[in-house]
Amino acid sequence: MSTTPLPGIGVQYDLTTREHRHLSVIAHRDGTRTVNVYRADDPDACAQSLHLTSAETTSLIDALMPAHHSPNLLHTTDLGLVAERIELSAHSYWNGRVLGETRMRTETGVSIVAVLRRAEARPSPAPDFRLAGGDTLIVIGTREGVDAAAALLGRE
Amino acid sequence: MHSALFLIEFGAIILGLGLLGRVAGRLKFSPIPLYLLAGLAFGTGGLLPMGASEEFVAIGAEIGVILLLLMLGLEYTASDLVSNLKTQYPAGLVDFGLNAVPGAVAALLMGWGPVAAVVLAGVTWISSSGVIAKVMGDLGRLGNRETPAILSILVLEDLAMAVYLPIVTALLAGVSLAAGSATLAIALGVAGAVLFVAVRYGRHISRFVSSDDPEKLLLVVLGLTLLVAGIAQQLQVSAAVGAFLVGIALSGEVAEGTHTLLSPLRDLFAAVFFVFFGLHTDPASIPPVLLPALALALVTTGTKIATGYWAAKRAGVGVKGRWRAGGTLVARGEFSIVIAGLAVTAGIEPALGPLATAYVLILVVVGPLTARYTEPAAAWVSRRRTPSGPVLGVPSQPGAPEAVQDQDPVGRT
Repeated sequence: MSTTPLPGIGVQYDLTTREHRHLSVIAHRDGTRTVNVYRADDPDACAQSLHLTSAETTSLIDALMPAHHSPNLLHTTDLGLVAERIELSAHSYWNGRVLGETRMRTETGVSIVAVLRRAEARPSPAPDFRLAGGDTLIVIGTREGVDAAAALLGRE
Repeated sequence: MHSALFLIEFGAIILGLGLLGRVAGRLKFSPIPLYLLAGLAFGTGGLLPMGASEEFVAIGAEIGVILLLLMLGLEYTASDLVSNLKTQYPAGLVDFGLNAVPGAVAALLMGWGPVAAVVLAGVTWISSSGVIAKVMGDLGRLGNRETPAILSILVLEDLAMAVYLPIVTALLAGVSLAAGSATLAIALGVAGAVLFVAVRYGRHISRFVSSDDPEKLLLVVLGLTLLVAGIAQQLQVSAAVGAFLVGIALSGEVAEGTHTLLSPLRDLFAAVFFVFFGLHTDPASIPPVLLPALALALVTTGTKIATGYWAAKRAGVGVKGRWRAGGTLVARGEFSIVIAGLAVTAGIEPALGPLATAYVLILVVVGPLTARYTEPAAAWVSRRRTPSGPVLGVPSQPGAPEAVQDQDPVGRT
């Protein structure tokens, strides 16, 4: 991986693969990225040049991560515990119901450690905490448990 | 009522520019030539001479130049400039030799005298970084190997402006040799000092200016820039250079924030500046200088292509990339007009303004075309054994790969 500054534009990162194909990423100063793949017959010129917004870049990075599991993965430990963000849809069944009603711990064995709502985080919500559509729940449990929790919370 | 008339006139100008800008966007062209044409249409000897808004437009034009250069300074960090200067100065010298000289020679041939020669040298020398950056983005060439070579030439030209503008300002003011040298020494000293301070203490300057509140940031940066520009003007160093140095000194987050805040202001006042320049040019004076402008455009298109070719070769880029680099550098634009504007306001050679206008109008239109077609044309010339010429079809979508021309079937997947 080599870097080249592009004054006035940003920074270019170059990578030559084991198959001698060359690709580069330009980090623009406004946070967008351009991904370039080079032509086989003219290695100085881009065959394709894709301009990605920050959000698109994030999704792409996510897909490229070697330990890829799901876009909501916060952290994986070797002990078999995973933490995930699960978002409630606007017309979720749980919209307006309290947390206790989900019987989450009994059903799936996962813990809800926090609820993110707009710009604030509510740590350790009590069973009487009232959920709303758009909330993001941070849950910790086994892989199976977290998958079950996602299914449970996905109820419409 | 004077103010009512002013509002009507100024409003009509701005609205007209907005509509022209939309036309330019539709045609995927830089709006600069249209703004110039609008100025020509309304100015002295035009369709609708302006009256009430003249004075304000003149001030607006000055602010436009200052903002153009401030934003240019923001684009670069001081370390960018210094490292480019260290490694790329031969390319900068070749660029100067090949492109400034034709302008100077042309002015001397037309018998305009040395001051006009220096001005016209600047007009033909400086490529338009704005137009070029946009063209490269549109053609999907930002990642190409020749791009750093192109950018470093643009950086060096912009840096050279910091030395060149004070010289022109001094010459136009008609100061004596001694006073001129003193001015130049001051200018160089100040520019050097600012670069040094910006490399060393850029963080502190930025911290002083920095503010979380966009409103305060806007006021502080704008105030600081105008103040420094005014002081620079007072010292006969040229307001534009003062603004450029302020832009260089600001870095990091402040530069980012300022960039987003000031972009709309820059766009407004820069448009006013181009109109102002057109206003002061009598359309009737253009036809007589059309031939020299065309000849100059032709020669300096060739010299810019040679410059780009040489710079890319020096950077170790292949033949195709060298032609691309050459073709990309052809566009001249805002800075040629800024330089000519100084001369027009100072009132030297009356034919200089019309010539610069015609020259920029030609090259701002031709530049994007040479950027696109120089490489295929060069390939075609070198391959003339085959009877089929290049297919100059419709320009491809922006960002599409340029696989329009006939080429080997290899690599086209």
